[in-house]
Amino acid sequence: MSLHASRRLAAAIDVVVVGGGHSGLAVSQALSQRSIEHVVLERGEVGHAWRTERWDSLRLLTPNWMSRLPGHAYDGDDPDGYMSAGEVVAFLSTYATKIAAPVLARTSVLRVEPADEGYRVVTDRGDCCCRALVLASGAFSTPVVPRVAEALPVGIEQVTAQGYRHPGQLDEGGVLVVGASATGLQLAQEIQASGRPVTLAVGEHVRVPRTYRGRDIQWWMLAAGVLDQRIEEIDDAERARRVPSPQLVGTPERATLDLNTLRQQGVTLVGRLMGVRDGKAQLSGSLRNVCALADLKMNRLLDLIDDWALSSGIADDVASPQRLAPTEVDARPQLGLDLRDIRTVVWATGFRPDHSWLEAPVFDRHGNLKHDRGIVAPGLYVLGLPFLRRRKSSFIHGAEDDVRELVAELAAHLDRTTPVALSLATA
Amino acid sequence: MSNLEKSAKNGVNVDALLAARAALTQAPEAAQFKWRATSQWLNGTHSRTTISDFHGLGTEQKHRQNFQFDTDHPEIFASEDNGPTPVEFVLVGLAGCLSAGIAAVAQNRNIQLRSVKATLEAGMDIQGILGIDEKVRNGFDGIRVHYDIDADATPEQIAALVAQSQKRSAVFDVLTNPTDVHVTVSKAK
Repeated sequence: MSLHASRRLAAAIDVVVVGGGHSGLAVSQALSQRSIEHVVLERGEVGHAWRTERWDSLRLLTPNWMSRLPGHAYDGDDPDGYMSAGEVVAFLSTYATKIAAPVLARTSVLRVEPADEGYRVVTDRGDCCCRALVLASGAFSTPVVPRVAEALPVGIEQVTAQGYRHPGQLDEGGVLVVGASATGLQLAQEIQASGRPVTLAVGEHVRVPRTYRGRDIQWWMLAAGVLDQRIEEIDDAERARRVPSPQLVGTPERATLDLNTLRQQGVTLVGRLMGVRDGKAQLSGSLRNVCALADLKMNRLLDLIDDWALSSGIADDVASPQRLAPTEVDARPQLGLDLRDIRTVVWATGFRPDHSWLEAPVFDRHGNLKHDRGIVAPGLYVLGLPFLRRRKSSFIHGAEDDVRELVAELAAHLDRTTPVALSLATA
Repeated sequence: MSNLEKSAKNGVNVDALLAARAALTQAPEAAQFKWRATSQWLNGTHSRTTISDFHGLGTEQKHRQNFQFDTDHPEIFASEDNGPTPVEFVLVGLAGCLSAGIAAVAQNRNIQLRSVKATLEAGMDIQGILGIDEKVRNGFDGIRVHYDIDADATPEQIAALVAQSQKRSAVFDVLTNPTDVHVTVSKAK
């Protein structure tokens, strides 16, 4: 039962925030600080995706001490641990209560369209008009499945990372996991451990150690300024926004999870899944190079960290520099996979936001939302997307800086568009 | 950083490439190219292939001149060895593509190249093409490429050039990933 289930949708309101996850709540906090009237529309309860769309073993890729939102921070007794999905829900629910966020729960947005001086929002609990709208419905809403899925033989079960919960839901037999981001590696590891032999199709990926010189890699990336890098500083912004999540897992042992780990555990590494023909999966011969690219990139990051450790004077307080062994690939990586050996294909091929309910000319020819660092159009803003304004933008701790800047934009927009009569009346 | 501010001179006009990239992002139809060849069988295993025109940037294009390439098989196959074998031409394409990529990436990263030497070797079990063993494929069982590169850069930077070149190479992609090949035939009049 939601605290706010009895709240009704007003016919007109200054700001509507779509989504009651960490971004939407952080926006709500910033709007309340400025006394801007608003409502947060949430299709389920606060943190809906964390309650219903994540696999059982998932933990945040960032340590607890990094979990903070404007006016709220982790205060538990395990700062170096990693929150489970349930703990994220609790963290967000506590925050919603603390900031008295005006959340209208179990309210699905059906359509949003431009209207006079703002936007018209159609929900399953009535309509409303607003002068500004914030899209905070998440970056990881809809699983991306490549078209090659259509070519798979009918007898093979297919499941996305959104539908996957635990290995027990899969039939016995071989599993092809497609995708080598954090998701693909985590699922490959636990499915292999369940006794189902896993083949992992590996395209371009990002390799990092869980800890480096005794500290969490996220600590280093934050301290050295990597996570605060702004999108304006990046040569190819579009590419930076498409980079898959780094190969990380949050475990009590703070263990590194990489392709070498999986290979030692018996997972077969193959190249990217390119096609299906005559009952065989066709696998790219580029496996060596994507591994070489990831190793080189990881070592550049570690070089940068070592340089920063020296220049900031903490080099003597931490362990010595080290490098991980290069990624090992079979002497002759498989180029084909007989699909008769595969019972299930798990798609860990990424997610995209779902803005299908937004009826406005704000999408590019690929259907992606066009925006300038979160500003979509006058009075229309988006938050929480990868590298929206900074490398940390899609992280929980990344919300604060983006929200501060975008809510300032939003407030300025409201000031500019305040009807004259209203200004006089309140003067 | 424009070319003016870059000291490296590898003979690649990166500014023009980056401008083309920006322009084609806005006009994806102009990015649709067709590469063409015509080939005439001469005798035995000897053929001559001519390259002259192609399609791109929305219009027909022509090379500065026609290029002709003879292919044949060596004498140990009872042929006349009038040119490289067709599979060796595949190595020509791969080497040309990867080295061009290395030069372009080096220029973009302001790395001066002094020498870029590639050595290629492709393994092939000809029991495949001779139909001796159905389990043996016709084509290469693998290709090994080794680069010797002298440049103003660290070994890691040089390795990154070669890796990035593979990532953006058309011929590397053609060889590592499946391509639909559609052969039609008509009876000449």
